[in-house]
Amino acid sequence: MATTAPKIKFREPQIEMAHGAGGKASRRLVEGLFAPLLFAGAQGPLSDAAHIQINGTRIAMTTDSFVVSPLRFPGGSIGELAINGTVNDLAVSGARAEAIVVTFVLEAGLPTDILEAEVRAMGQAAEAAGVRIAGGDTKVVEHGKADRMYITTTGVGRLLPGVAISPESVQPGDKILLSGAIGDHGITILLARGELDIEAEIRSDTRSVFPLVQSIVRAAGGGIRWMRDPTRGGVATSLNELARDCGRGIVLSEEKIPVRDAVRGACELLGLDPLHIANEGQFLAVVSADQADAALEALRRAPGGAEAVIIGEVRDEPAGSVLVTTLYGGSRLVDMLVGDPLPRIC
Amino acid sequence: MKYVDEFRAPELISKAGEEIRRLADPKHHYRIMEVCGGHTHAIYRFGLKDLLPENVELIHGPGCPVCVLPMGRIDDGLSLTANPEFIFAAFGDMMRVPGTHGSPLEYKARGMDVRIVYSPADALKLARLNPQKHVVFFAIGFETTAPSTALTIIRARAEGLPNFSVFCNHVTIIPAIRAILDSPDMRLDGFVGPGHVSTVIGCRPYEWIAKDQGKPVVVSGFEPLDILQSIVMLLRQLRGGQAIVENQYKRVVPWEGNPAALRAMAEVFELRPYFEWRGLGFISQSALKIRSAYGEWDSEQRFTVPGVRVTDPKAAQCGEVLKGVLKPSQCKLFGRECTPEQPVGALMVSSEGSCAAHYNYSQHRPITIDAAASL
Repeated sequence: MATTAPKIKFREPQIEMAHGAGGKASRRLVEGLFAPLLFAGAQGPLSDAAHIQINGTRIAMTTDSFVVSPLRFPGGSIGELAINGTVNDLAVSGARAEAIVVTFVLEAGLPTDILEAEVRAMGQAAEAAGVRIAGGDTKVVEHGKADRMYITTTGVGRLLPGVAISPESVQPGDKILLSGAIGDHGITILLARGELDIEAEIRSDTRSVFPLVQSIVRAAGGGIRWMRDPTRGGVATSLNELARDCGRGIVLSEEKIPVRDAVRGACELLGLDPLHIANEGQFLAVVSADQADAALEALRRAPGGAEAVIIGEVRDEPAGSVLVTTLYGGSRLVDMLVGDPLPRIC
Repeated sequence: MKYVDEFRAPELISKAGEEIRRLADPKHHYRIMEVCGGHTHAIYRFGLKDLLPENVELIHGPGCPVCVLPMGRIDDGLSLTANPEFIFAAFGDMMRVPGTHGSPLEYKARGMDVRIVYSPADALKLARLNPQKHVVFFAIGFETTAPSTALTIIRARAEGLPNFSVFCNHVTIIPAIRAILDSPDMRLDGFVGPGHVSTVIGCRPYEWIAKDQGKPVVVSGFEPLDILQSIVMLLRQLRGGQAIVENQYKRVVPWEGNPAALRAMAEVFELRPYFEWRGLGFISQSALKIRSAYGEWDSEQRFTVPGVRVTDPKAAQCGEVLKGVLKPSQCKLFGRECTPEQPVGALMVSSEGSCAAHYNYSQHRPITIDAAASL
């Protein structure tokens, strides 16, 4: 094996909020600094969960930190997110979460009842998702050195049989499935902060997507090419990453993308694109054309999958980009999220 | 969504598109300027260019408040953040606009107290909540946002709030249109008039454009159907050899404007003798300053600002793009040194800036896509 000095391309002088927003800046940081120094030997594009081999058994492994503010919001809380987020990262890599370890970073002065409520929420979410919490660690920092509490969860999972997903396997003609309405989580957090005088009936979509993933794997296992949960940066960012990683074009039909009125309204007011807003209980799947209908059917029949739709397809052009066709036959490109309109949403 | 979906109905949109094709004389190349950045954004966002025949060209105008602000004003405003007792509050649009030593967001990352607000009233609230700090609201915008700044200043005085002031960069639209019409390299057939500004100033201030310059003006709403209908109305005028001001956005814009808003502006603001616009240079009587009666709430009257003047990077052709002489993609820096993430010019920052809109929505044009192909 030839050893060459790692090539660090990240040259920005300081870390900005955008580097944690999951969009372009995050990708520059990961690909330009972390990857060359930490996993220089890694082959292929980076994804949310790693598949590693131990004693001949392949397992999936992932980790995620949660810094959401406020800690509780309509439809969920940081504790619930911390479990579901990691379960979902494993699920969309084609794995069932088996065990999770937890790290708490707590700010001195945090009221015990707030902590207890979150630990309970984690326990309930873990039970609902059928995952064991196998251990953990606690650190406390001085008052003012953290914002109440941060949670990191690391999960390992067992690979579902008959699933082999990778961006390279994505072919022109493949269909793009979306599990339900987008933008609920990001807009809920934004409104829950109370900085905007807008009230809307809207709840975070946080949930385990594993049952939905399992249903399409059963219906169309071999036809599933790629999956991703579109969290920070939204559907646009996830699909742009796919487009770049597979070198194909993604063409979406705007009218097919389900967006609730409250989310649409808030986005119109704030000048945001729902395609850039975070989700915590949805996933995207690319499925071969011949299996797409079966996959959609299975998703729709599964509990919580009634709103699933095919929102577009893979084409040769525009290679490396995501194009949205509007209702009127016009079209526009949709890029990855730039900057960070909504910091600390998960 | 009510009041929105009606103006996005596909069958009406395609009818309007057909009507434009029918009205446009194939022997003539039409150059229509949409003055307002909100229109520019909508045109890209909804892919409206794809619906127009090739000989109907839309030129993006100067109506993006962030874009026309010279860098020196940003530096002046940010200079106040050097005082740790100060909170710098601005609209989200401003946050990534580069000053000489970084954008407000970069100042924030370095530890300065920079906050995003959604209205001047939010900035006033910050001042009430932080009585030990001084809140500077960095005000930008045309007549659309100026009344709310005026009302906020009136409120601050009524409350006797000592720890709040406004760094005022409000500008007015008419002198900018005049500057564009005076520009010798400009040839325009008509204007899609600004909708939001007109809710305040009404339609009368545009009459000289029709009467003296012979160019039709149609004040337009911001939904796809609004914009296409306005183009239809302009083409009808041009075909009939007419030049008048018409109001397509009647559901929102009264012909006489909003007298209460105009009163509030007149109460608080007076015209600056001249003001520098990025790309357009100094334009006389084109910006607002706070009257001395309200001087206590004017950051410029209360504190010392350096009065920085910065020339734009030579290679950046923001001025030409702003005037519509160059298309965004014709600028030497477009998409290379200047991108939405690392903008050189302000046109690349605001979602209303024509460069950002062009970059985000159609950078890789032309692409041949059969949009009608079923998905």
